[in-house]
Amino acid sequence: MTNNILSRLDWLSLIIYFLLIIFGITNIYSTTLSEVTVSLFELNSPAGKQFWIFIFSLIFLPIILFINSSFFDHLSLIFYILSILSLLGLFVFGQKISGATSWYLIGNFSLQPSEFAKITTALLVASNLSSIQFDIKKMPSISKIFLIIGIPTVLVIFQPDAGSALVFSSLFFVLLREGMDMKTLYFGIGLISIFILTLIFDPLILTIAFFIIMIMIYRIILNYYPKTKKSPFIIVLGISILFSFSVDYIFNSVFEQRHRDRFNVILGLENDTQGIGYNINQSKIAIGSGGFSGKGFLNGTQTKGGFVPEQHTDYIFSTVGEEWGFLGSSGLIILFTILILRIIYRAEKHMLPFPRVFSYCFASMLFIHFFINIGMTLGLVPTVGIPLPFISYGGTNLMAFSLMLFIYLNLDANRLH
Amino acid sequence: MIRKIILLAFTVASSLIFIFQLMALQLFNSDYSERSLNNAIEKRPIYPTRGLIFDRNGTLWVANKPVYDLMVVPENLNLFDTLELISGLNISKEKLINQIKNAENFSRKLPSVVIRQLSMTEAAKLQEKMWKFPGFYFQKKTTRDYILPIGSNVLGYTSESNEYEIKPSSYRLSQIEKTKLIEVNKVINDNYYSYSSEEKDSLNKINSNSELTYPPINELLENYDLGEMIGRQGIEKTYEKKLRGRKGIEFFQKDRFNRIIGPYDEGKFDLVPKAPENLTLTIDAILQGYGESLMINKRGGIVAIEPQSGEVLALVTAPSYNPNILVGRNRSKHFNKLVKDTIAKPLFDRSLQAEYSPGSPFKTLNALIGLQEKVITSETVFECNKGHFYAKGAFMGCHNPAGTKSDLIKGIYNSCNTYFAKTFVRIINSQSSPAEGVDLWRKHLEKFGLGDFLGYDLPIGKRGFIPSSNYYDNWYPKGSWGPTTLVSNSIGQGEILTTPIQMANFTATIANRGFFRKPHFKKINSKKINDSIYPKNKTLIDAKHFETVIEGMYQVVEKGTARAAKINGIKVCGKTGTVENFIRLNDKKTQLTDHSIFVAFAPKDDPKIAIAVFIENGYWGGRWAAPIASLMIEKYLTGEIKRNWLENKMLKGSLMAEYEKPFSGKPFTIND
Repeated sequence: MTNNILSRLDWLSLIIYFLLIIFGITNIYSTTLSEVTVSLFELNSPAGKQFWIFIFSLIFLPIILFINSSFFDHLSLIFYILSILSLLGLFVFGQKISGATSWYLIGNFSLQPSEFAKITTALLVASNLSSIQFDIKKMPSISKIFLIIGIPTVLVIFQPDAGSALVFSSLFFVLLREGMDMKTLYFGIGLISIFILTLIFDPLILTIAFFIIMIMIYRIILNYYPKTKKSPFIIVLGISILFSFSVDYIFNSVFEQRHRDRFNVILGLENDTQGIGYNINQSKIAIGSGGFSGKGFLNGTQTKGGFVPEQHTDYIFSTVGEEWGFLGSSGLIILFTILILRIIYRAEKHMLPFPRVFSYCFASMLFIHFFINIGMTLGLVPTVGIPLPFISYGGTNLMAFSLMLFIYLNLDANRLH
Repeated sequence: MIRKIILLAFTVASSLIFIFQLMALQLFNSDYSERSLNNAIEKRPIYPTRGLIFDRNGTLWVANKPVYDLMVVPENLNLFDTLELISGLNISKEKLINQIKNAENFSRKLPSVVIRQLSMTEAAKLQEKMWKFPGFYFQKKTTRDYILPIGSNVLGYTSESNEYEIKPSSYRLSQIEKTKLIEVNKVINDNYYSYSSEEKDSLNKINSNSELTYPPINELLENYDLGEMIGRQGIEKTYEKKLRGRKGIEFFQKDRFNRIIGPYDEGKFDLVPKAPENLTLTIDAILQGYGESLMINKRGGIVAIEPQSGEVLALVTAPSYNPNILVGRNRSKHFNKLVKDTIAKPLFDRSLQAEYSPGSPFKTLNALIGLQEKVITSETVFECNKGHFYAKGAFMGCHNPAGTKSDLIKGIYNSCNTYFAKTFVRIINSQSSPAEGVDLWRKHLEKFGLGDFLGYDLPIGKRGFIPSSNYYDNWYPKGSWGPTTLVSNSIGQGEILTTPIQMANFTATIANRGFFRKPHFKKINSKKINDSIYPKNKTLIDAKHFETVIEGMYQVVEKGTARAAKINGIKVCGKTGTVENFIRLNDKKTQLTDHSIFVAFAPKDDPKIAIAVFIENGYWGGRWAAPIASLMIEKYLTGEIKRNWLENKMLKGSLMAEYEKPFSGKPFTIND
């Protein structure tokens, strides 16, 4: 065992991190290029801003790497409380930008506390799950974890920032990994399926369908296990029907039209290329026109024309698709996949629960960002404003994910200390 | 343990799904790249200004002038004083507001036209106040500027292309159609336009760049865009391709509001427009203008041809119009007025389209045919007794006194009907049957360009009519007609019809002693090339016979029916005509005052000009047509008019009272 932390570092993840950020800045530069674009390193241009925030984040790399790993465990509650306070503070001092009160304005910079809350929540979840008293099978423990995740989730929902709320809910993966009842997973998948089916079909038709399916399943199981009781099937059926009707009610009476539109466009229930479907359509045109090898750096006509809204932030992947083609965009996807898999792989190697849980939290959050962002850009997932980590323009997000990666690197390097 | 691979499985599954979706979008669906092209790149044509037109002496006749479309971008509009904007613009407030509303409906961010084609002075006045009207601006265009306001019938006119003339662009084609179009494009590229090799290279580059092929570049270059100027009539139509030049194309990068944000790919694919050709016409602008002023308050046509070359020196129709009124904002108002004048028919080119009986000038042709077919000689004498019986009980009158004995020359200069009726009967009888006789006669006439469009380079014309034996066979049961049936044709009445340009052309043929070159309007500077493009069309008549007839025509002016046409120092040869004519008035055939006709050429021995003048209802030939023709000849050959009294008489003379007679509703007298 060597004492030099550099030799124990997860260099692969760090290199992928650098590659992603350089690629990201390149694409931000292309997206925001205008006639009067200043140099790449000018603070006034988004690409320049992103570059300097990257440099600023790098300052923390040595600092975090040399901190004692137990520091994160011990101070996780304080960090958590601070970030919850900063989220609460938004309701007083927050700045409303494009409909959501998610930012503090400090001089030229805007700060999004929910990004840091992602780190602190992950830390506190890791800290709790690793404590000796914790038993995931027991209700008080579960409730406590749900509370830790629930507070920031509710706070961001009220901003409203559905994207960040989804990120917090990705910690569900961690709980599953740490031994939460698998039934919750099936339950979750079942609810999501019913939710989608309800949007497509009428609840009444679904009720009939559920009945038929349940009776069939019951009959089949009855063949193998003649003593099977009817009651669990009736309960499941009841919950399904109830859920279906309540989703129908919420969707049609509680949701606003814009929410409904987003779902409808994704599910193909509406084909409206100029209205709400415009973003997705333009994004698909940009990506589709890239072809195999892309139009080349700075040569994307859709990018130059600014056809895709929010292209340097949420829709950055459409620029990648247009200018770098299938090669570049699938390359990026593979790079992300390798990074996530690498983190999961390293997490599993930990003996101690705290670093394992935290790394797992990091991987889950990276995954949910990756999944929703690229999924929506490709028109597979409903539009939810959520950036692509390391690639999208956005200082706080870059900072937060960089810090999270650095903490991961620290924990990983100090596995045996 | 399944718990460990949940997130892992989700990650791998979603990246696989993403990559499949990428393949679907990027590798297997070309629709998206087309749509990208469609909404991100704009191909914008550059129009060269139309070619200039000069007269035969190099005087600038037709140029271009800027006009200004008042444009609006509704998004940038502010409150403004509508009344101040329209002051001096001759447009109502309601119309302005309506136009702005239309513009808003079209697009709030893109410019629309509010008022079309303001003149430079109108625009200049408004330009000073433009700061008060944010959202408005001027867009410059060019229209025709007729420096010399003459010859509208020759020049024709231009107007903006309409939506029926523009072809739909070929976006969204099937793959097979696309491949076909690329092939077609290639062929067109190589053969159709006379591109320079550099241009071809650039075109091929464009065609090989799949992004930029649709609509095909050639189609784009050749197609008319809405509002582009098209030559509608006359020279503007015939030489449309030359005068239009070739459009260029600029490629622009658009943004999502359809606004242009800069050149596409640094203008690498842009195609420079090709400047149009300037045209020099054969028309002598001074002679043309003079002819038009002589025709004021008269109806009819004048055609003057340079016999040797076939170049048309003047082509006058009356009434006509100032070509400048068919330019600019009031174009359609003026055009409607011209179209609706069904009595004077200013848009009807009488010099090319009016088919009249040729009258007595036609006798010269019958004389030539008679001489060639040896049914008469120059010494043949016929007696006339105020006319003659050409058949039992059928008398043809003549103005010559009883007992006049004429040889051919005297017959021509006294215009003796009897002489030519007898000649004509002999021509018809010279063959074994009248049918063969008529067809022989017709063959000769066709060699003078009669019964034919002549093939000149203006888009309109009429054939005229020369009857054949078939024609008479249709009218009369076979064999039941003979020379006397068609004897009226001997003196240029009857079935035959000619247009003024045909008359000028056969006069030029006589002047040339037996050939003509196709009349034409585009000057070719080299005589050699001109003669090769327009070869001699020879008649079937020997040159020596022409001298006799020409001597007769000379005597017409010296001592015959057209002494008014005599010009001191110039030997003019001519032949008058007085043509009876009829119209249908209240369902009754009604005779009107005769048409006054004169054909002439001069000088006798080295003809420089051949001319036909046709004055509707001008009575006898020597009254209007002969003096006007002689003034034209004098003007052309000497450049000045010495006979001011005659010029004044002709310039001021008016036949308007004559033209109003049939429409007065009262009984009227003719030939008084």
